[in-house]
Amino acid sequence: MKPTDVNNPEYYHKVVDCQFACPSHTPVPEYIRLIAAGRYTDAYMINWESNVFPGILGRTCDRPCEPACRRGRVEDKPVAICRLKRVCADNKSEIKDRLPEIPKQKNGHRVALIGAGPSSLTVARDLMPLGYEVDLYETNLKAGGFMRTQIPSFRLPGEVIDEETGYILDMGVGTFFNTRVDSLKALLEQGYDAVFIGSGAPTGRNLKLPSYANDEGNNIRVGVEWLADVSFGHYTECPKDVIVLGGGNTAMDCCRTALRLGASNVRILIRTPIQAMLASEWEIEDAQAEHIPILENHNPVDYVVQDGKLVGMKFEIIEYSIDADGKEVFTPTGKNEVPDCELVLLAIGQSNAFPWIERDMGIEFKDSGLAEVDEVTHQSTNPKVFFGGDAAFGPQNIITAVAQGHQAALSIDMMFNEKDLHDRPAPGTILVSQKMSIHDWSYSSVISEDQRYLVPHADLATSIKNRTMEVELGFDLETALEEAKRCLNCDVQTVFTTDKCIECDACVDICPVDCLTFSTNDEEAALRRKLTMPANNLLQDIFVSTDLPTGRVMVKDEDVCLHCGLCAERCPTAAWDMKKFEYRTTKAG
Amino acid sequence: MSYTVPGFRHPNLPKNDLGFTTKDYEGRVSTLCAGCGHDSISASIIEACFEMSIPPHRVAKLSGIGCSSKTPTYFLGNSHGFNSVHGRMPAVATGANMANRNLLYIGVSGDGDTASIGMGQFVHAVRRNVNMIYICENNGVYGLTKGQDSATSDMGSISKKGEPNPLEPIDLCSIALQLGATFVANSFSGDKAQLVPIIQAAIAHKGFAFINVISPCVTFNNTPNSTKSYDYIRQHMASANAVDYVPHEEEITTDYAPGTAEIVTMHDGSAIHLQKLDEKHDIHSRRSALTLMKDYKAEGKVLTGLLFVEEDYQEIHETMNTTATPLRNLTEKELCPGSAQLEKINEILR
Repeated sequence: MKPTDVNNPEYYHKVVDCQFACPSHTPVPEYIRLIAAGRYTDAYMINWESNVFPGILGRTCDRPCEPACRRGRVEDKPVAICRLKRVCADNKSEIKDRLPEIPKQKNGHRVALIGAGPSSLTVARDLMPLGYEVDLYETNLKAGGFMRTQIPSFRLPGEVIDEETGYILDMGVGTFFNTRVDSLKALLEQGYDAVFIGSGAPTGRNLKLPSYANDEGNNIRVGVEWLADVSFGHYTECPKDVIVLGGGNTAMDCCRTALRLGASNVRILIRTPIQAMLASEWEIEDAQAEHIPILENHNPVDYVVQDGKLVGMKFEIIEYSIDADGKEVFTPTGKNEVPDCELVLLAIGQSNAFPWIERDMGIEFKDSGLAEVDEVTHQSTNPKVFFGGDAAFGPQNIITAVAQGHQAALSIDMMFNEKDLHDRPAPGTILVSQKMSIHDWSYSSVISEDQRYLVPHADLATSIKNRTMEVELGFDLETALEEAKRCLNCDVQTVFTTDKCIECDACVDICPVDCLTFSTNDEEAALRRKLTMPANNLLQDIFVSTDLPTGRVMVKDEDVCLHCGLCAERCPTAAWDMKKFEYRTTKAG
Repeated sequence: MSYTVPGFRHPNLPKNDLGFTTKDYEGRVSTLCAGCGHDSISASIIEACFEMSIPPHRVAKLSGIGCSSKTPTYFLGNSHGFNSVHGRMPAVATGANMANRNLLYIGVSGDGDTASIGMGQFVHAVRRNVNMIYICENNGVYGLTKGQDSATSDMGSISKKGEPNPLEPIDLCSIALQLGATFVANSFSGDKAQLVPIIQAAIAHKGFAFINVISPCVTFNNTPNSTKSYDYIRQHMASANAVDYVPHEEEITTDYAPGTAEIVTMHDGSAIHLQKLDEKHDIHSRRSALTLMKDYKAEGKVLTGLLFVEEDYQEIHETMNTTATPLRNLTEKELCPGSAQLEKINEILR
């Protein structure tokens, strides 16, 4: 193998599994260390810089960081990264004096944002400090987008949304709430130099089975629309028997909301087995904790409507399998079931529609109904129009919307500075030794063996009676400290200097997880096999040094390295050193 | 501060026949200087015992005084241990062995503990053929007293002190060979591929197994003009043979070119596969080993490998015709056989 090029910023970035997996590349270990140090406000600001909505995301993030967390490979469960984020939001002090200054003298460029969801607000956050004039158009009365309309208050209190959207709106964003944009052309004619479309994926998929028309859409509702109605107080109660169709996160929100509006018999029915559900593991767990049954392998056949009133729904039981091509196969068994219900909530997917974008504006659309958008620059085929969030590439999640907002803001700023949008600036990186003395590092290198701490929940009997009572209570500070200690500090990198190595084996002997081997070089597959512990996890890189005096190379399997620093402590020549790696994605300005 | 090693190990760590992983053979974290060769020897002992599925509670570790003699704390944390007076490990090991021949005795000593203060003890353990493994962790300096030249330091070798050593060295392998040791090996802490199988062979050997391991002292004797530095040994090391330890369960399948390979069967039924790297070497001849060592030394090289194995010999218990039962298991019945037996014994002596 060729020696590893550690000057490529992505090599060490990939070692920080959580940060690498995060669409916004939030420096997770850094803020977890600050939480452990009791510096909650500093931890909050690191998050705010990167993901804009720490309090919201600390409750609702899809947390791609957690399945990636190294801790999950070393022991059972990853660090509770998401809930630690909430700890810094819950315990911070006033941050207004830390927010960027907004220039009074504007730079002369006017940008319109459509939709007040996470991606648009991120664009505003990035462009306002640069002197742009930003106007925000939103159909609803308040900012937040689907964070407000579709995530129930018992998971995300409205005050948290008010606070974090407020930080951005207070920068002086021109707001047009309760304003539906009916014509993009008309909007552009108002003199905007660029438009960012962050209008989400507002349309939930309907399921018009034969008897649908008999109900006239009264009690067969699209889940996201129903959730929005509940959120704005249009519905305050619901019937006893409720069926939720679908196995994604929206389905979980629908059923738990129905329970709080007075339903006593809420069931989730899905076509697949439970294992194949799309919802996040923890959201399924939360629904099950509220005793909501999930009935698998039920394929909807028709609604049962008597005298104009929905009374039940007919399902066929199917057998689920996956064929040789990896496609799902649903084989009917011929058995039917007709459970009673008075309300059906459809949570079977969302889609985009842009009837308000004129087709003669140079914006090309794909068959899926989505616009042709550059995945890197977020620019559409009309150079003035940018897309982000669910409106760009279909429904994803908040953190992805934020990441896309950052990229779109960068593109907009680059465009006005007449730069090539594809020539993206490289990320900023810093690598600094953490050595303090012979046995001391500036980070806590001791590895906690504690298992993941559980977040306390409010009493079930009380919380299901109140739609706005938050179920998760957040870690107390003592538990947060212990959970923070579980972080392995993967951003403190093991950095090897070939010239200093005397091949004494001290690092190899001390390494608790046998991830270091002096070996003759070979091609990657062979080298991975012949390490002390074979490097079988191909998703993780192996580091290969340049040739040592004996002709061998030092090989490190990054897979389960604990970043305990013992290799560097036992190294007599400091050929190994522990260096903190900072990786900053480039943002606008 | 890291005076402990994290509890986590590689999730795919293999298990041996006893269901143990190498973690079960580890000791506490080393407090020796960073880079000390002794730590690699500890790791080699752990590896050898793990691979041979040695029950940790059937091992006794013995040592004297010195950096080397601290190391039993750093391996086999679940075994018995005895840290004796300086240079007196052989006497304690002999006593323990006489009391209970059923344990595996691993003696760890250094060049000071063996070749200076303990020389008188060492030679007698050799000639008695005590059934034990005697590992001398040889770095040519007294590390624990700040790096004075030891009795095994080569003439002219310059340690960190900066003065060439003016005296002739004691060659422990030669002495062991001359005094009748039944298993003699010379190795290097930086070559686990050689050291681990030699330790395994020594464990299988019934009798006194002497392993001299050159183990560089990074703090005091890893200097450019030292003959016990990592660089010097790597540049001047020659191997008499490549050793492969084969447990008796395994069928012997390796094909060696004729004349270059030899299989030495051990007392417990296991075997050592030797691949000769110097055709003049005869593993069964003391004279061959002694001559070859001298020849290599004359060329400025250090001969390593398994130098000599005796196949026809008696260990101390056989020589002294002692009881096979550990003394702690003897009851009053065996120890005091009664006046009739006493009368018989007295009769013999009259």
